[in-house]
Amino acid sequence: MTALLISLLLFGAGAVASLVFARCDRCLRLFGAGGIILGSVCGLVPAIQVALGAVPQSLRIAWDVPYGSFYLRLDALSAFFLVPIFLICALAAIYGTEYLEAYRERKALAPPWFFLNVLTASMAVVVLANNAILFLMAWETMALSSFFLVTFENEKQSTRQAGWTYLVASHFGTAFLLVLFVLLGKSNGSLDFGRFNPASSVGALFLLALVGFGTKAGFVPLHVWLPEAHPAAPSHVSAVMSAVMIKTGIYGLLRILTFLGPMQAWWGWTLCAIGLSSGILGVLLALAQHDLKRLLAYHSVENIGIIALGIGVGIVGLSRDEAFVAVAGFAGALLHVLNHALFKALLFLDAGNIAHATHTREIDRLGGLLKRMPGTGATFLVGAAAISGLPPLNGFISEFLIYLASFKGAVSLGAFGSVPMLATISGLALIGGLAVACFTKAFGIVFLGQPRSECAEHADEPNLAMVAPAFVLAAGCALIGLFGASVVRSLGPLISSVTGLQPLVVAGGLAEAANSVERVALFGAIMIAMAALLSLARTKALARRQVSMGPTWDCGYATPSPRMQYAASSFAQPLTASFRMLLQTREVLTGIEETFPQRAEFHSHTDDPYRSYFFQPLFESITRTMAFLRPLQQGRVQLYVLYIAVALLVLLLWQIA
Amino acid sequence: MVAGSFLPLIVALALAPLMQGVIIRTKSVVAGRQGQPLTQPYWDLWKLLHKGAVYSQTTSWIFQLGPVVWLVSLLLALTLIPFGGFPALSSFSGDFIVVAYLMALGRFSTVLAALDTGSSFEGMGASREVTFSALAEPALLLSFAALARQTERISLSPVLTAISWSAWAHSAPTFSLTLAALLIVLLAENARIPVDDPTTHLELTMIHEVMVLDHSGPDFAMIQYGSALKMWLFAAIIIGVAPPWHRGGPWAETAVSLAGMMVFAIATGLVESSMARLRLLRVPQLLLVAIVLSALAVAL
Repeated sequence: MTALLISLLLFGAGAVASLVFARCDRCLRLFGAGGIILGSVCGLVPAIQVALGAVPQSLRIAWDVPYGSFYLRLDALSAFFLVPIFLICALAAIYGTEYLEAYRERKALAPPWFFLNVLTASMAVVVLANNAILFLMAWETMALSSFFLVTFENEKQSTRQAGWTYLVASHFGTAFLLVLFVLLGKSNGSLDFGRFNPASSVGALFLLALVGFGTKAGFVPLHVWLPEAHPAAPSHVSAVMSAVMIKTGIYGLLRILTFLGPMQAWWGWTLCAIGLSSGILGVLLALAQHDLKRLLAYHSVENIGIIALGIGVGIVGLSRDEAFVAVAGFAGALLHVLNHALFKALLFLDAGNIAHATHTREIDRLGGLLKRMPGTGATFLVGAAAISGLPPLNGFISEFLIYLASFKGAVSLGAFGSVPMLATISGLALIGGLAVACFTKAFGIVFLGQPRSECAEHADEPNLAMVAPAFVLAAGCALIGLFGASVVRSLGPLISSVTGLQPLVVAGGLAEAANSVERVALFGAIMIAMAALLSLARTKALARRQVSMGPTWDCGYATPSPRMQYAASSFAQPLTASFRMLLQTREVLTGIEETFPQRAEFHSHTDDPYRSYFFQPLFESITRTMAFLRPLQQGRVQLYVLYIAVALLVLLLWQIA
Repeated sequence: MVAGSFLPLIVALALAPLMQGVIIRTKSVVAGRQGQPLTQPYWDLWKLLHKGAVYSQTTSWIFQLGPVVWLVSLLLALTLIPFGGFPALSSFSGDFIVVAYLMALGRFSTVLAALDTGSSFEGMGASREVTFSALAEPALLLSFAALARQTERISLSPVLTAISWSAWAHSAPTFSLTLAALLIVLLAENARIPVDDPTTHLELTMIHEVMVLDHSGPDFAMIQYGSALKMWLFAAIIIGVAPPWHRGGPWAETAVSLAGMMVFAIATGLVESSMARLRLLRVPQLLLVAIVLSALAVAL
């Protein structure tokens, strides 16, 4: 615990130092990033130890806040979430030292460093807190510090709008959490996590947690803030938010599940339904996007959906006493938390490199970047294959576990119980197929072919600090892909603490799952070896023959221009057209009318359907119906003082009466 | 049994091009031509393997990696497919998921190789390929789920061994619906009529063939051989699910299955000779039918 306290203090020191040395650019980079990196390294040690099975540790410091105490506890669940938080934040800090340089002339750089330190510390406290007051304070600090990071480029109207949406959504979620914790603590009069013991209405508590934490995690339809806020933030912050911050929502949900006693089947059904809609809608909306970072943000919705599917399958299995289904489902979900952190951070950092080098995130303006940015391109390819769930990378391992749980459930549960399992199987298959479509589009259009604009033509690889973190993450993706079995086996204590199953039962289930994962990993290793051999054989064979270079065969047309290449929107069009019922893509086409047409235009734009058809009308109608309260707000201090006095008076009278 | 466990793989590697030859020959005969020798696909591969290569200046290492990954992923997928009376070389819980995703990997690599050329035709083919296979994937996995539920096993070799006359007699509707769904998936995934016409002369209307326009020499050989293996893989699953006609030991069963594969190839040739291609816009509907069929198969 001492190491964790030191790490929190280092984040604090980094934050303070960022403010003190606001004017010294080198000190900012040194202290701002240094605080995060040192703190993370320091915190990683106990986090990894506990995640691998060491005894949980706790620390309690008395506090004057009513019902509150500074009570930290590092158990298997916290440790599992803490590891990616520290890892990704440290890498993001390294990346940030270089990325923020581009803004040095126009922006003050002290606030982003201050808030990144605060964000890291608050995320760590969120997963460590063992008292509801402390948890909520950290939760709120996390929301606010990330809000200030999102609105870093606040000179842009779109960024301010995104920040506003994020702020509203955050507090919407927190409101549910407040009620949740009050209800949880009511029976015992204590807000310490260990003493929650809800006797009744656990279903209502589950729903409160689902909405409260689901807003942070980005469950459909509460995801609307996510595709706004994540692209608006600086890229290293997007990486932190998408990779680890939204996972605190999953953490919260799992933590609450441990308080609620035996899990009920309908929770699993609900989570499967949410997972399906988040997964499918997320990937479809991603497919329709033109902005690279927005595309990635929608993929976070999709992956959160996959995690929800895993948890849902696990809960259904648990409620039907199918230990293997429960264990493999939870194992898949948890592993996907870690995996998504790795490849999503990787992809956002690479997207940052692209934006940095080309000054655009518009996919259709890019192209041919692989030759200009080889490191970024190679790592993006790894991330793209991993997020599409392809072997031999890590994304496949976690999806495989969820599939395995669902197939086992589909076989062993009756006709009724197997419905969520079969839905999960077909949903995951559709999501997988669409993700392949989406990432062949993202990688293919951005990195392959020829540059589609000036800015892509003159792109250059950024320097080491911006490329190295991506290589570390890519190595992580490959390592989990090849050694996933040992990671799966180490999840034992964690899964038995979440599910309440006997450690032996969990270990048995995990061993069975790890057995298959081991074979999958073996396939991965053989695949890499065979691909290397085959490439070598081809090189040898071609060495003695004539190998020539020529233009691309465009069916007889010898001078194809870059503008004639297939574009991202045309690549995705067959799919977006097939799902137009869900997507509601707006298309503007100025038709060709004259005999010798001069110009024609085509635009397509896909808004978030929930945003434009649900939340916008909802909030507008709220604004309309509440308009009669407007006269109360006159913006004069005296008037507000009067309100306070009147309120006090009324309260006093009420108390006397 | 060591020889036996390698048998499904060896048979596939050796006879997959022959199956292509049979399909082509059938089409020729129906069209009233003499047609090429049955062994022509082997000669084509041999010729391609001994040629040089032409690469487009636009391409990068992705283009050269594409065919390699394509072939390797199909080779690995084939090690999981049982054939005749013999179980696959490798078999473990959930191996059919690996089969589906290895094919997704193969597709991922060829699609990227196609986009690497910067050709609008190849981009178009790539776009169609990902569209149709995204819709074929749920049908494929739901079909596996139907088979798993019916046989209460979750690994391909035991599932296919468990399909016997009595299983068919007991739940023929499930198996026939699954077969129909798998058949549609086969047609879509292997670029066969009515989804795609591998022999058309108009690039605009092609799917798989247009993606590989720029590959030449050994690269093209890998693509062609991989396509033959993929066809074999799907056909082997379909023959495995079909009613077992055999009596006797695994060798006899293998012989019967081989005959089944050739009959299947002739049937494919006949279908291709007697049908026109569907309009591209209709293909998603066909795949939707496959999804519905497989969902029904699970529900029964």
